[in-house]
Amino acid sequence: MQNSAEQIRSLVFDALRAALDRPVEFSDDTNITEGLGLDSVAVMDFVMEIEDALDISIPLDRIAEVKTVGDLVAAAQDLKGGR
Amino acid sequence: MALFDKYAPLMGQFESLESTGYNPFNVSFDRVLSPTEGVIAGRRILLLGTNNYLGLTYDPDVIDAAVAATRSLGAGTTGSRVANGSYGGHRQLERHLADFYGRQHCMVFSTGYQANLGILSALAGKDDHLILDADSHASIYDGSRLGHAQVTRFRHNDPDDLDNRLRRLADTPGDKVIVVEGIYSMLGDTAPLREFVEVKRKWGAYLVVDEAHSLGVLGRTGRGLAEAAGVEDEVDFVVGTFSKSLGGIGGFCVSDMDGFDILRVASRPYMFTASLPPAVVAAVTEALNQLRHRPALRQQLMDNARRFHAGLGDLGFHVGPEASPVVSAIMPDPKTAFAFWTRLLEAGLYTNVSLPPATPKGLALLRSSVSAAHSRSQIDHALSLFADTGRELGLIPAEPAIPTWVKHPTATLAGAEPQDALAIGFRSQLLARLAAPSKAMAKYYSAFRRQSPGRARIVGDK
Repeated sequence: MQNSAEQIRSLVFDALRAALDRPVEFSDDTNITEGLGLDSVAVMDFVMEIEDALDISIPLDRIAEVKTVGDLVAAAQDLKGGR
Repeated sequence: MALFDKYAPLMGQFESLESTGYNPFNVSFDRVLSPTEGVIAGRRILLLGTNNYLGLTYDPDVIDAAVAATRSLGAGTTGSRVANGSYGGHRQLERHLADFYGRQHCMVFSTGYQANLGILSALAGKDDHLILDADSHASIYDGSRLGHAQVTRFRHNDPDDLDNRLRRLADTPGDKVIVVEGIYSMLGDTAPLREFVEVKRKWGAYLVVDEAHSLGVLGRTGRGLAEAAGVEDEVDFVVGTFSKSLGGIGGFCVSDMDGFDILRVASRPYMFTASLPPAVVAAVTEALNQLRHRPALRQQLMDNARRFHAGLGDLGFHVGPEASPVVSAIMPDPKTAFAFWTRLLEAGLYTNVSLPPATPKGLALLRSSVSAAHSRSQIDHALSLFADTGRELGLIPAEPAIPTWVKHPTATLAGAEPQDALAIGFRSQLLARLAAPSKAMAKYYSAFRRQSPGRARIVGDK
């Protein structure tokens, strides 16, 4: 099943909102660790929700390259073949 | 200073801890008196955070072996085993470990950390896949990064998630290597190894089990979780450390896989480091001998572990799901963990603080490790200090006030075996709810509920 780029984007945004303990505004350009205060393990944990929803595995070296919310959307799209 | 600017947030935290005079990450012992007592800042302290599971660091035979080896072979080897040669003791220790595990091959490393670095980086090549339990120790993550394999992680202790990950890789070329631990060092929980083995067989993967915290602790003869779970034949590689139950330093890997010894010239953390000094090799060899021939130590250790784990649970602390030598009390936040740790130290008890990202699910932990060398009165004294401190900080009820059926769920829970880990975990969850858990705790317990059904009790089996 292919997911549209917009579907993947909204899925990533929803997962990120759920992972944060408080309501925070963010966009594609928001830095996940510095801007949202998630540590390395918290990032990997919330990525698991995205992996489940899309039935993909994002290797750790790809996660390490992710700086912004947009980078993560792009990595998920790439692995899902959705663009 | 610019070079260290990236550490500014970390430096701020470290300096604020230093300024209190009590920094749990910078403790210095004036003296250590025994496996259970030391001196810090001139005061005698009960040690409950040293991973000295069998208390062998002061065993007279272990010390004699180290002294004799130093006198006859010198203080150090000054080189790597590959470039500068092995001593007889290195090979003898490898033979003894292989014999203990009933395996053909053993490699000894200079630290437990390096054993994981050396094995994981060498086992999985560029086109292979390492699949790690999410709660794996830093050495497992670092070993994965040192190699060139693709690395993914699955949800902690979740065979279904592991199955999913392997399914996604089914059409991808390359070998798949699963890595799990026997006892997890932060919450003291064990892996559901039988279920993992089924998944491993289904997909034709290899399995590495790190028994760092379970060697000398679990299993009929102390070989660890794989022995306790009866699946040793399905575990391709056992990794472990000498620095916990064996009271020394160093690491090892045992296996029956043909060609294993090629790793000696392929594993960089084995090749490019100095070998263990004679004193350590001799001490560890004797400690292994003690581990094999004194099963009473294991019994004493698990008695102490159960007493302390149940004691904290009964007081109203949120603890891990199983009784094991690692007993962590879940704190509402890091600040409370530091305050708790400081008060315990002032009262004469040394424990550990563990914080994210080293801990699972963002938990702040006050971590204790129990030893066979602790007397019952030392365990009870530690419990009374936890009770006093927990009440002072408002973390536990003034009186336990727990209904009897919650304390003894096996009496009323249909189908629960006596001493069933699930029942013990169930009680912990109830206690957590009774005490209105924080969001972090609620997340932890909800994760535990998801993974616990059907799990067999393994810790403390006889």
